[in-house]
Parts: sequence; structure tokens; C-alpha cells
Amino acid sequence: MIRVRNLVKNYGDFAAVKDISFDVAEGEIFAFLGPNGAGKTTTIKMLTTLLKPTSGKVELDGLNPAVQQNEARKRFGIVFQDSSLDGELTAYENINFHGILYKMPRKLREERIEKLLKIFELWDRRNEYVKHFSGGMTRRLEIARGLLHTPKIVFLDEPTLGLDPQTRNQLWTHMKKLNEEERVTVFLTTHYMEEADRVAHRIAIIDHGKIVAQGTPAELKEQTGAETLENAFLKLTGSTIREEEAGDVEKLRSTTRLFRRGRK
Amino acid sequence: MNAVYVLLIRQLKRYSRSRARMLSALGQPLLFLLGLGFGFGPIFQRAGQGNYLQFLAPGVISMSILFTAVFTGIELIWDRQFGFLKETMVAPVPRIYIMAGRTLGGATVALFQGFVMTIFCLLAGFRITHLGSLAGALMFMVLIAVMFTALGTTLASVLSDFQAFQLVMNLLIMPLFFLSGALFPLDLVSSTMAIVAKLNPLTYGVDGVRGSLIGVWHFSAVHDAGVLAAIVAVLLALGTYLFSRIQL
Repeated sequence: MIRVRNLVKNYGDFAAVKDISFDVAEGEIFAFLGPNGAGKTTTIKMLTTLLKPTSGKVELDGLNPAVQQNEARKRFGIVFQDSSLDGELTAYENINFHGILYKMPRKLREERIEKLLKIFELWDRRNEYVKHFSGGMTRRLEIARGLLHTPKIVFLDEPTLGLDPQTRNQLWTHMKKLNEEERVTVFLTTHYMEEADRVAHRIAIIDHGKIVAQGTPAELKEQTGAETLENAFLKLTGSTIREEEAGDVEKLRSTTRLFRRGRK
Repeated sequence: MNAVYVLLIRQLKRYSRSRARMLSALGQPLLFLLGLGFGFGPIFQRAGQGNYLQFLAPGVISMSILFTAVFTGIELIWDRQFGFLKETMVAPVPRIYIMAGRTLGGATVALFQGFVMTIFCLLAGFRITHLGSLAGALMFMVLIAVMFTALGTTLASVLSDFQAFQLVMNLLIMPLFFLSGALFPLDLVSSTMAIVAKLNPLTYGVDGVRGSLIGVWHFSAVHDAGVLAAIVAVLLALGTYLFSRIQL
């Protein structure tokens, strides 16, 4: 379903993603694990057409997103690490806006919106402005929106960041159900080790822009002789995973832009 | 085309829900209308130039459209910084539609602001002498709105932070306004000033609105409309190109 070959992203002299290759099969839950600035979000951005790769090939459901952009975009849904909702619109308006952008027929759109908002317990709050929502509610709405157009692939960039354990459980229960019943392929990044261990069929560990290991959680533990995924991660990268801060790569991009402007 | 429509509606909803934005956008044009209109009116009349309010009102209407239109670029920067732009950029919609929706939305808001300003001008004593030319005035108002919304979007596609955008806008907007013939007749200015005014796209907008509403032209309707249409086409093309190159 996802095929990545020799993917590279450079910002000037800095290589954010260095020649990574991996495959994600249809119906698989694939987790990308890595410390801050490892290149997880940059990879997701390249897979979802937000960022142009420096070199390498990406294939989504047999399509080349660089050439067949809009066809490829129809195939996936995405939940970004930071909120991408419009706070000045209500929850219903935000999700309805998404459905219209994806050209969903009105009846289907309304049915799906009701279903998803009920699943994520937001139906009663649908007419409230998103700017008044808590972090957890915003996250739930983003996830509901990402699933609205029944995508074949769902990209989740730190989807449970800031969610309480109950909502986190609820999300994964729903995602696993969706994955099992509709064979939806899930590509996720997370820094919660136990979450990756519990949910993902396969994991790729990325550090300094390079994939250092990939396999099932059991394979990674076996490969490193570690009892837990956290220890396996430590052995492979030499560092513990930390809470995500503001993206280091984003900071670097801003600095590079300023530097370039200064040189002109 | 659904995408264009839904983006336009979004802009209108955001605008209609922000009273502060509506009122603050009227502040400066109103100050010019009342302060200059009534302050310079007697001097203008004594100089044998007639009623200054009649001359100034089309300029102030154009100004309110200019300010609102250009600052819709800030919305793009806002959407980029606070994430909403990503939602539209990963949607299966050609970026030209996204640009079109945003531009139409911004232009509609600016146009509405122009209508409100027109009402204030009428309340202050401005009188439309050519009722039949209202359609012409509307056309010029639309051209000003689209032109400067496209300019705002073009600049916001290149500048990604608020401070830089506001600095550039401040550097650009005031000279555009002051050198457009909105405040003084261009017939009496020096040749240098006349050249500068001719290079200013707003000059043709103000002349078009003024000519349509009170029948006083510096150029002609065809000339103004032709120049404005050409600039609009260039800015839309440039804006679409730069917008399509945005990477997040």
C-alpha cells in the first residue's frame, strides 16, 4: 500500500531524511518511532504531498504522489501533529468543510459526520466553536475528520499527544476496529513505546534521518536481546525517547530561510 | 468548484463573526473621510475646485477596499502558522482552486467593506451624480478588491511571518493610497508625481470609481478597466504560481 525507496530530504547542508526505504502492506499498522528531530514528521509530509522530496520514490496505493497528486490525496486521511482546525468555525462546520473538499455526496457526508462525531463523543458539541474546545476534544475532532472520507491509508502524526488515557484507549480501539473491518492501512508516528508495542504490526525506528531497524515489535526485541521495546529502542539509538517539543526540523527550516534571505 | 465555494463561504463566516475586524477596518477610512473631508473642504472650495467631499469619497471607498483586501494575506499566514492551510493543501483539490477560493472570499469581504464605506460617505453628504453608472462603479470596486486580495495572497505565499508581512504592507499600502489621486486631483500635480501615479495600480481604480460615481475622469473608463484587468491577470497568475509552490 505504501512503498518508499531511497527517500531523501535535505535543507541546505542538513539532511533531515537520509535515504530511507520501507514498505507498508495493505491493512497493516506501521509505526515510525524516533527521538525529536529524527525525521518522522518530515517523512509524513513527503508521503502526504506537503513537502517535495529531494530525491527518492514514494508510491501510495500504486500511485506516484509527485505526479498523480490529487488521486493520491483521495486515498489517504491525515491527522497532523499540530491542530489544523479552524477555531472560528464550529466542530460541524470544520468536518463538513473537509467532506466538501473531498467531494463527498451530501447524504453520505451527513451520515458519516454523525457517525464519527458520535463515536468520538462530540455530537452534542457539534455546534460549538472549536476555539472553545479542550486539547483532547480538538484531537478527537481532528481524528474524526481524518477518517471522514473513508481513506484507504490513514497517517497519524503523534495522534495521541495530549490525550488522556481513556481517550487514547478509545482512539486505538476504534482504529484497530477500522483496520480489522475495513483493512485500512495505518501509518503512525508516536513516542509512546507501549502504544507502538500494543498497536503496531510492524515498527521502523528512525534516528538522525535514517532507519536503524524495522520489524515486528517481537523481532526488534529479539534482535536487540531486550525485554521491552523501550530497551530495544535504547540499544538501537543510544538514547531514550523524549516528549516531542516544537519540531527541530521546523526550527532548522526557519533558520535556513532567514539565513538565505540574509545572503541575498 | 465546490472547493472554491466552500473556501469563499469560510472567509465570509470568519468575517461575519468578527465584529472587531469589521469595525477596525472602517476606522482609518472614516478618519480620512471626516477629518480630511470636512477639514480640507473649505480650502478646496476656496481654490475653486468644488466640493471636496464629492472628490474624496470615491478615494476613501477605494481605500477601505484596498486595506481589507491586502490584509486578507494575513489570513493565509495565520492559516499557515496555525495549521489550517495543511488541511486544504492535502485535499484532492488543485491548488489553483484553493487560491481562487481564498481570493474570491477575501475580495467579497473587501467589497462588502467598500459598500459599508459607501453608505457612510452618503451619510456624510456625498451624492452620486450618475446613478446609471453604479454598475460601472461596482465593476471597478470588484477589480480593486480582486487585485489587492491577489497581491496580499502573493506576498503571503512568500512571506511566512506576520511581522515581515505587516512591514511590507505598511511600506506598500500608504504610498499606494497617497499616490493614487484619492486625496488630490492628478491634473495639477508635477510631471514626476504624474508618472508615479501612472505606475500605481490603485490610481486606475480610484479614477474608475470616481468617474462612475460623479462623472469626473482623469483617464477614461476603458483605459482604467483595461489597465486594472491586465494587472489583475498578472497578479492572479503570479499568486497562483507562488501559492502552488508553498511547502509546509
